[in-house]
Order: sequence, then structure tokens, then C-alpha cells
Amino acid sequence: MRADARSGGWYHRAVVYLLFLILLLPLAGTLLYSLATSWSASLLPSGLTFKWYIALWSEPRFLAVFGQSLLVCVGALLLSVVLILPLLFVVHYHFPRLDALMNILILLPFAVPPVVSSVGLLQLYGSGPMAMVGTPWILIGCYFTIALPFMYRAITNNLQAINLRDLMDAAQLLGANTWQAALLVVLPNLRKGLMVALLLSFSFLFGEFVFANLLVGTRYETLQVYLNNMRNSSGHFNSALVISYFAFVLVLTWVANRLNKDKT
Amino acid sequence: MTAPKSSSARGRYLALLCLLPFAVCFVIFQIAPLAWVAINSLQSEAGWGVANFSKVFASKFYLQALQRSLEISFWSSLFGIVIATLGAYSLRQVDSKLRDFVSAFANMTSNFAGVPLAFAFIILLGFNGALTLLLKQVGLLEDFSIYSKSGLILVYTYFQIPLGVLLLYPAFDALREDWRESAALLGASHWQFWRHIGLPVLAPALLGTFVILLANALGAYATVYALTTGNFNVLPIRIAGLVAGDISLDPNLASALAMVLVGLMTLVTVVHQWLLKRSYHAR
Repeated sequence: MRADARSGGWYHRAVVYLLFLILLLPLAGTLLYSLATSWSASLLPSGLTFKWYIALWSEPRFLAVFGQSLLVCVGALLLSVVLILPLLFVVHYHFPRLDALMNILILLPFAVPPVVSSVGLLQLYGSGPMAMVGTPWILIGCYFTIALPFMYRAITNNLQAINLRDLMDAAQLLGANTWQAALLVVLPNLRKGLMVALLLSFSFLFGEFVFANLLVGTRYETLQVYLNNMRNSSGHFNSALVISYFAFVLVLTWVANRLNKDKT
Repeated sequence: MTAPKSSSARGRYLALLCLLPFAVCFVIFQIAPLAWVAINSLQSEAGWGVANFSKVFASKFYLQALQRSLEISFWSSLFGIVIATLGAYSLRQVDSKLRDFVSAFANMTSNFAGVPLAFAFIILLGFNGALTLLLKQVGLLEDFSIYSKSGLILVYTYFQIPLGVLLLYPAFDALREDWRESAALLGASHWQFWRHIGLPVLAPALLGTFVILLANALGAYATVYALTTGNFNVLPIRIAGLVAGDISLDPNLASALAMVLVGLMTLVTVVHQWLLKRSYHAR
């Protein structure tokens, strides 16, 4: 039995390392490629250089799209917070039965892929009184629907953990009105959970391509669309772009994980 | 349920009013586009009817797109879930340092999808990719192409693995360690334990994760678009081509195709919700 357990231990370590290697391989390859002077038909590149990163980070078009991506994502998250926080508060405090309906509604962004929504969005808002196609505004609105299911679930878990009703009752007993109780007592208690939800939402909104490409394209280029449009430029340059993007997302998810751990 | 003291009728109306901005935005960006697609899928030059759908199901081209979508989704989900199951189970058996590191890494790579992922694979395994040339030199690679169906299955499998690990990891909670010891004491072999206890207990979670992966692959557009510049015939590519392509625009036909995709996704979502209710770790 003992010997069996030990050989089992080796097996599990090997599987975990293998899993890690599989997930690492494309990233490591891209990283190496982005640092290579040239690399063809040999196990390792012929020399290492930072010139691709320098070229990338001094490219005005790249810096512009990076800023535009940030702007769209931050805008979408602001909109989400402004819309979802009151919604959650009202649902959980006043109309708990609506939660069941909301749980069905937030399945919609899963069941309807962006490519399907785009068909309707292009026709509805391509022209006429609500023409938004080609502007960042339509992206902000669409990204709100992408972030919704995730933010709703994450903040709901948080609200349940802090015991919303007791907290509100206690605040009101001490003389606060509903607004004061919600803004000054409940909100600060949600701060950490909200930060984690926002950081993680940001990391996947930053990688969104379908809406950005179909609805807006080059008229307000985001990072993913730019990357796709650069397909014919140097592979090394593109690798530097991919690695820079991934490093940025990595830092965000890392911070979110740290915050999440502190919470418990 | 006791109503809060301040919740007069006026308070309730105010509360409802707070829901309004959300409802408006949700309708504009989620409900209205879907409704437009649903209505217009039933409209063609001939007026109302299922003409668009019969066009889709009579066309070899669109049926091929549907078939390829299903094939790529099925195989990548299957490979993905097998690797994720083995990985997630082993992750639970190793020491916590290695476990935390690799699961955090899997968490991060779940963001590595779409265009950047396609580029990473082109750089490594494209026609002039470093790995392609290397493998060809040693004669290990004959005629594999990342731009083919098997190539796409490989890339899709890659983005399914982290998602599968994340979804399956908590499911193994349902499998208690002492069950295995009890089974061993009663004389069950390793294989018998998995056949009669392990897999049946995990089955709802495994199937549930499988359908999520299936949905994930069915709706995927960015990866295949970036990899093949929109030249590979799958459903999302066809839909986008009919509304944003340069050649033939037909929003009504696009709507019909989109409804076929939504139908598939809805089926998957319903099955998943049903499995979720049956799973062992739901209370």
C-alpha cells in the first residue's frame, strides 16, 4: 500500500508538470521568438535582442490603440458598476424573488455568442436615430453585457457573505436612511470583492475581438483588432505584441488573485 | 419575509426606478439584437416564412460549415476534458506549493485565447513556424497544417484545457478520499473503484463541463478568424461573412444561420442547467 502510494505520488507530479508544460509551450515559444534576432529551423534562435520590444513601444499606432483599448474597457466597467450595483442592491434588498429571473437573464450572454448579437446590432444601430456602429460607444454597451454574468455572480456571492439585511437594519437602527446605509455601510464592505470582479472582468474584456472587429474595426482600433491587422508584419514584432499584451493581463490577474487571498 | 420599515410604497417605486437604467441598457444591447435576429430569420424576399432555414439546410456549403463546427467543437471538447480531468485530479494529489502555482498559471492562460493564441500557434506551427521546420528536419512531421481541421482542433483543445481544469477542480470535492480506502479494503481494484464509484459520482460534473466546453468552441470566432483569415468554413465565420463581408451581404440569411447557432447553444445551456441540478455538490 505504501509503495503504491509513493509511485502514485510520482505519477501525479508528472501529470501536473506535463499539464504545466502543455500550457506553457505556446507562451514560451512566443516569448523566445519575441526576443530572437532571427529564428528558423534550429532548436534555439541565433541571438537575443530587445529591439522588437523597443520598436513596439515606440510605435505611435500601438500606443494609440493601447490607450483606446484601456478607455473602452474602463468605460465599460464604469457603466457596469453604475448599472449592476443598484440592480443587485434592489434585487437582494427589496425584491429577492427577482433573483431567479436575473439568473435566467444572465444566461443570455452565454447562450447568444457575440457573432449572433453582432448581426442584429449592425442592422439596428448601423444607421438611423441610434447609429452607434463604428464608435466606441457601442463597444462599451456590448462589453457591459459580456461582463454582466460574471459581475452579477461575483457580487451576489459577496452580498450573501456580508449579510446585507442585517447590515442595513443595523445602519437604519443607528439613524441612517436607506441611501446612507447603502453607500456608506454596504458599499465599503463590498469594495474588495468588487475590485477582484473588476480586475478579472477587465482582463477578459481586454482580449475581446469579435465585437471590436465586426462593429467598429479600424474606425476605433482596439489592441486585438490591431494585432489582427498586423498579421503581415514581422513575426518577431507580433510576438513582442502578444507577450506585452499577455504580461499586462498577467499582472492584472495576479493582483486580483492576491486581493482574493487577502479577503479570506 | 418582513418588509423593512422604510419600505413604503414610495420606497418600492424608487427601488424599481433604480432598475430602469439597467433594463434599458440590457434591452438595447442584448434583447433587441437577439429579437431582430429572431424576427428577420423568418423574413425573406418572399415575405414571412421559413425560406431562409430551408435555404440553409438545402445548401451543401452551409451544411459543411455546420458539420465542421460540430466536429471541431466535439473533438476539442473531448480532448480538452480528458486532459483537464487527468490534470485536475492530479493537481489535488500534489503538494500545495506546486498545486497553487500550476492552478494560478492555468487561471492566467484561460485568458490566452483568440487572436494572440492564433498568432502564437502561427509563429510556432505555421508554414514557416520554428517548430514546424524543426519537426520536418527530424522527419517527425509529414503534412500537418495548423490551418486544417486537425490544426484547428489542436488550437481549440489548447484553450479548452485551462477552462476545463478551472471548472472540474471543485467537482472532485464530491469524491471523498475515504471512499477509495473503503473500496480498497473491500477488495476493489483501482479500475473497479473508478468504474463503479469514481466516474458515476463525477459523471454530472464531467458532462456539465463537457457541454460548457462544447458551447465555448461552437461560438468561438476570433481564433479561427485570426488563424485562417476567415477562410475556414465554420458557422460563426459564415454568419459574420453574411453581415460584414465584402461579397454577398444577406442579413436575413445570416439571421437564420445565427438562430441555428443559438438553438445549439440553448440546447447546451439547458442540458447544463439540468445537469447542475443533478450534480452531487449541489445542495
